[in-house]
Amino acid sequence: MDKTIGHLAEAVAKIGDSATVMIGGFGGAGSPIELIHALIDRFHATGSPKNLTVVNNNAGNGHVGLAALIEHGMVRKLICSFPRSSDPRVFTEKYLAGEIELELVPQGTLAERIRAGGAGIPAFYTPTAYGTHLADGKVIAEFDGQPYVRERWLKADFALIKAHAGDRHGNLTYSKAARNFNPLMCMAAATTIVQVSRIVEPGEIDPEHVVTPGIFVQGVVEVPDPQQEEVLNRAGAHYP
Amino acid sequence: MTTKLSNAQIAWRAAQDIADGTYVNLGIGFPEMVAQYQPPGRQAVFHTENGILNFGESPAEGHEDWDLINAGKKAVTLNAGAAFFHHADSFAMVRGGHLDVAILGAYQVAENGDLANWSTGPKGVPAVGGAMDLVHGAKRVAVITDHVTKDGKPKLVKCCTLPLTGVGCVTRVYTSLAVVDIKGRRFVLREKLPTLSLEALQAQTGAELLIDGPVADLIVPEL
Repeated sequence: MDKTIGHLAEAVAKIGDSATVMIGGFGGAGSPIELIHALIDRFHATGSPKNLTVVNNNAGNGHVGLAALIEHGMVRKLICSFPRSSDPRVFTEKYLAGEIELELVPQGTLAERIRAGGAGIPAFYTPTAYGTHLADGKVIAEFDGQPYVRERWLKADFALIKAHAGDRHGNLTYSKAARNFNPLMCMAAATTIVQVSRIVEPGEIDPEHVVTPGIFVQGVVEVPDPQQEEVLNRAGAHYP
Repeated sequence: MTTKLSNAQIAWRAAQDIADGTYVNLGIGFPEMVAQYQPPGRQAVFHTENGILNFGESPAEGHEDWDLINAGKKAVTLNAGAAFFHHADSFAMVRGGHLDVAILGAYQVAENGDLANWSTGPKGVPAVGGAMDLVHGAKRVAVITDHVTKDGKPKLVKCCTLPLTGVGCVTRVYTSLAVVDIKGRRFVLREKLPTLSLEALQAQTGAELLIDGPVADLIVPEL
């Protein structure tokens, strides 16, 4: 078994127009910048993929990573909890111009919808958002005298993930709080592509320390010394 | 003479009610200040939605690790005994009733415990983050806020007019003038600034303040 992929371009080659793509990370932590940039490179070369639906906690920051993907007009719809950042201009301008659709989801509901998608649970009930605009039109039910909102699972065609170490079987570890949505998205996508700082031999990751078991992963590509969104933005970077 | 508490002083007062060993989530922005005023000898464990329990202070400038941030996306450090976890576990801690206290900011709090703190209306880009999750599940949901808005309107109101974050969820409000509990869908006054008359406080409050038991002086050190 060998899930490793030699090049970033090859890793993102199968993502087609109108695909739903989950992108890991919370702000810059755990954001697979190099995979996103490889997708932008492909768009520049071939005009594809476009009309993407992207699932992420945020809406990008500055002009790199997810913000750059949006800036290049590749994203039709964003599903997220907090489309603000220190520099949210790219998304804000497109949203106010009506050029991108937004589905706003409370952060815990977003996480659970993704987990449910990966776990084969089509819907669940949560107390979150009961009595608010974000529950408008949703089914409400009482359990033990308390009202709950029904939420649906969320699945994707692809997930773009950043992890720390990965082996040929796709077993993954993460770096600190860069874990966030990444393990959930690995579970919820038909094809999960992971960039890791280090590819290791099977057995090098202690089974006790595996965070994402390889069954949830289809491809692993090595990106040593990955860039950090925060550092790029402080330098005023634009991609490309 | 203190006519109104500063944000730091409101945060200090809220911190006095956090017992040793409490699991606490502080909303981003102003509520983050509460962590600075833990009474000596008490240690709370702070939770951040993006997957850390027991994070510590900000690192020195130039020593940031951008894989180690809080919900406000600011760099943090770890205390001994810290733990990482993914987002679904993080919100299981929130909704599952495992957090002891959540302390949040507010645009409006109603006497029935309704909270509005995520949207000021249909203009601009809406953003909710974890606020709607945090108001459900923590054993105690407290609000820290100025008593009135910048243009002098009450923030403690009969009924929220701004979009709700949660229904009947707030149990205590620490303001720049008073400490108010929400009990039986009413505001119950617990503490007020000693220099402020009950009438003057009531005049700046959008619903009736009930007196049920002693009202203590709200005394906070200069910070």
